[in-house]
Amino acid sequence: MAEIKCVELCKTYRQGDAIIKALDHVSLDIEQGAFICLSGPSGSGKTTLLNMIGGLDALDSGEISIDGQRVDLLEKGALADLRLHHIGFVFQSYNLIPVLSARENVEFVMQVQGVPAAERRRKSMAILEEVGLKDMEGRRPSQLSGGQQQRVAVARAIVSQPKLVLADEPTANLDSVSAKHLMELFVELNQNHRVTFLISTHDERVMRYAQRLVRMRDGKVVSDEIQISD
Amino acid sequence: MATGHGLSLTAVSQLSWRNLWRNQRRTIIMLLAIAVGVWAMIFMTALMRGMVDQMIEDGIDALPGYVQLHHPDYRDDPNVENSLPPPGPELLVALGSPPVEAWARRVKVPAMASSERNNRAVMLLGVDPQPEIAVGFDPSSIVAGRFLEGPNDPGLVVGRKLLERLETDLGKRIVIMSQGPNNSIADRGFRIVGVFEGKLSAQEENLVYAAIGTTQELLGMGEQISEIAVKGGDYRDASALYAWVEQAAGGQYEVLPWTKLDTYLGLMLGVMDGFVLVWVVVIFMALSFGLVNTLMMAVFERVREFGLMQALGMKPASILYQVLLEALMLLTLGLLLGNVMAVASIMPLRDGIDLSIVAEGIEMMGASSTLYPALKPKDLVMANTVVIVLGILTSLLPAWRASRYRPVEAIAKT
Ligand SMILES: Nc1ncnc2c1ncn2[C@@H]1O[C@H](COP(=O)(O)OP(=O)(O)OP(=O)(O)O)[C@@H](O)[C@H]1O
Ligand SMILES: [Mg+2]
Repeated sequence: MAEIKCVELCKTYRQGDAIIKALDHVSLDIEQGAFICLSGPSGSGKTTLLNMIGGLDALDSGEISIDGQRVDLLEKGALADLRLHHIGFVFQSYNLIPVLSARENVEFVMQVQGVPAAERRRKSMAILEEVGLKDMEGRRPSQLSGGQQQRVAVARAIVSQPKLVLADEPTANLDSVSAKHLMELFVELNQNHRVTFLISTHDERVMRYAQRLVRMRDGKVVSDEIQISD
Repeated sequence: MATGHGLSLTAVSQLSWRNLWRNQRRTIIMLLAIAVGVWAMIFMTALMRGMVDQMIEDGIDALPGYVQLHHPDYRDDPNVENSLPPPGPELLVALGSPPVEAWARRVKVPAMASSERNNRAVMLLGVDPQPEIAVGFDPSSIVAGRFLEGPNDPGLVVGRKLLERLETDLGKRIVIMSQGPNNSIADRGFRIVGVFEGKLSAQEENLVYAAIGTTQELLGMGEQISEIAVKGGDYRDASALYAWVEQAAGGQYEVLPWTKLDTYLGLMLGVMDGFVLVWVVVIFMALSFGLVNTLMMAVFERVREFGLMQALGMKPASILYQVLLEALMLLTLGLLLGNVMAVASIMPLRDGIDLSIVAEGIEMMGASSTLYPALKPKDLVMANTVVIVLGILTSLLPAWRASRYRPVEAIAKT
């Protein structure tokens, strides 16, 4: 469960002489147990917004709080703890540690958390089965396809049931069967375990699952609508 | 060791170990570089130690003894007048018990040796043959004839070079002339009964051995002697022997350890440890460039990984440990290899390396022509400690860099 409040977030990047407003006064309230899709053209600021909520980068201005705690005021160590214990990440491009096997990658976060080995093994095997990679547990990322790597990353993000999952294009490399399966897994976690999901995507198939669809353009929120699921 | 704040040691070690072998070629090259460096540290140190040990031991044998007793003025003026009475009962008891292992009475005065063709200034040594051998004279250095056979042997033993200079030979007679007490001139003809070859060419040219009784009689000095040479224990630490002899000697003697008798030798012993350290550190410096470079490359290649780990909630400190551990593994493996190589290359040389081809030059420096490498545990410990400690310090920079990447920058798509 996580309730997130974003107030007037601003972030600019400098690229040569150009100043890019990656986030331009973005305000967003995410209720506990929400299942939200973030869509918008490339460069609209989706990844930037997810990174800010996860405390991976510093804001220029604005406030972010998760369950009443001001993320933008936390120092590095506390942010690391917040991510470790409460947030599951699926990154857009670079997700897995190359020297670890699929199962070890899934176990990595639990390992940092200090979860005992037997429990880690049990949980990671169960989740790998969920994402259809049971037989690939021993493979290194370089021996997995892009879609398989993506699923390992998803497995890692949800295995210890964080209260918030920030997923950046989780279905980008997946075929429609795998994508559907993954979304059903997300929905199940959302409904039965009240995990809050914030998913950025270009994928129409993903947007269909969202209760709420937020569209961005040029660092601004341009629409925010509740979807009635069919 | 699992804590809520970082990976367990085993997990970090696993990451480090696998990363170490990610670029096998680079790791193997670096391992070999460390191994060769460590080999050079240990091997060259063993050679230097061997050489210096031998120089010191030969030098002490030539003194001889680890501690000597003299008349307080003798060393300024090695004259018959500045002689000692034979050791009294108290000193005799002390010289007969540990730590003393051997001692010898000696007469040692400047003299002139003359053959029918030539004469040379020499140092006349009146020695008691058995104790003289016990304190340092090497009987195997006699290359012709024999050594003296008793305290009253009438013969004379001279160095090979002196024999040449005097243009005389074994079995012939030469005259030894010196100054007796009260400025009297003492001289006597001796038959040459033995020829020795000295470790140092100066010995061969300058030393003349006669029996102590014969010498005392020649110089008319009664039972008086010039010096007492004492040997016992380990020469590297002669302080116990010195204290023991000094206490028994009482105030009338000047008692000195070998480090003071030959300050150059004493200095060499002291300087050697520092020299080994400098040598080891210099080699490490050369290695450290390679080490830093290798680690820096390994870190730059993995920027995104370090960012990812931090993004997932790993503390920068864990990343620092991970890189340090990787360096430690590299260093340990390199050290292991280097130590094995060093020991394996020194062992077959235990019986000495024959340097006779270049011996002429080395002998002039006071070393003998066979070199026995001396592998000392303390040198091994020093080399290994320097490599580990400085290696870790050197790795701190790359490790610190690795822990400083900001997660977003690191994982941003390229
Ligand atoms: N580290 C950075 N340095 C400079 N510019 C950046 C950086 N990160 C993002 N930007 C810029 O900020 C803008 C928003 O980027 P962001 O990655 O949030 O877009 P996005 O919506 O995730 O796009 P995509 O759908 O392609 O992933 C882009 O113009 C991008 O070029
Ligand atoms: Mg993006």
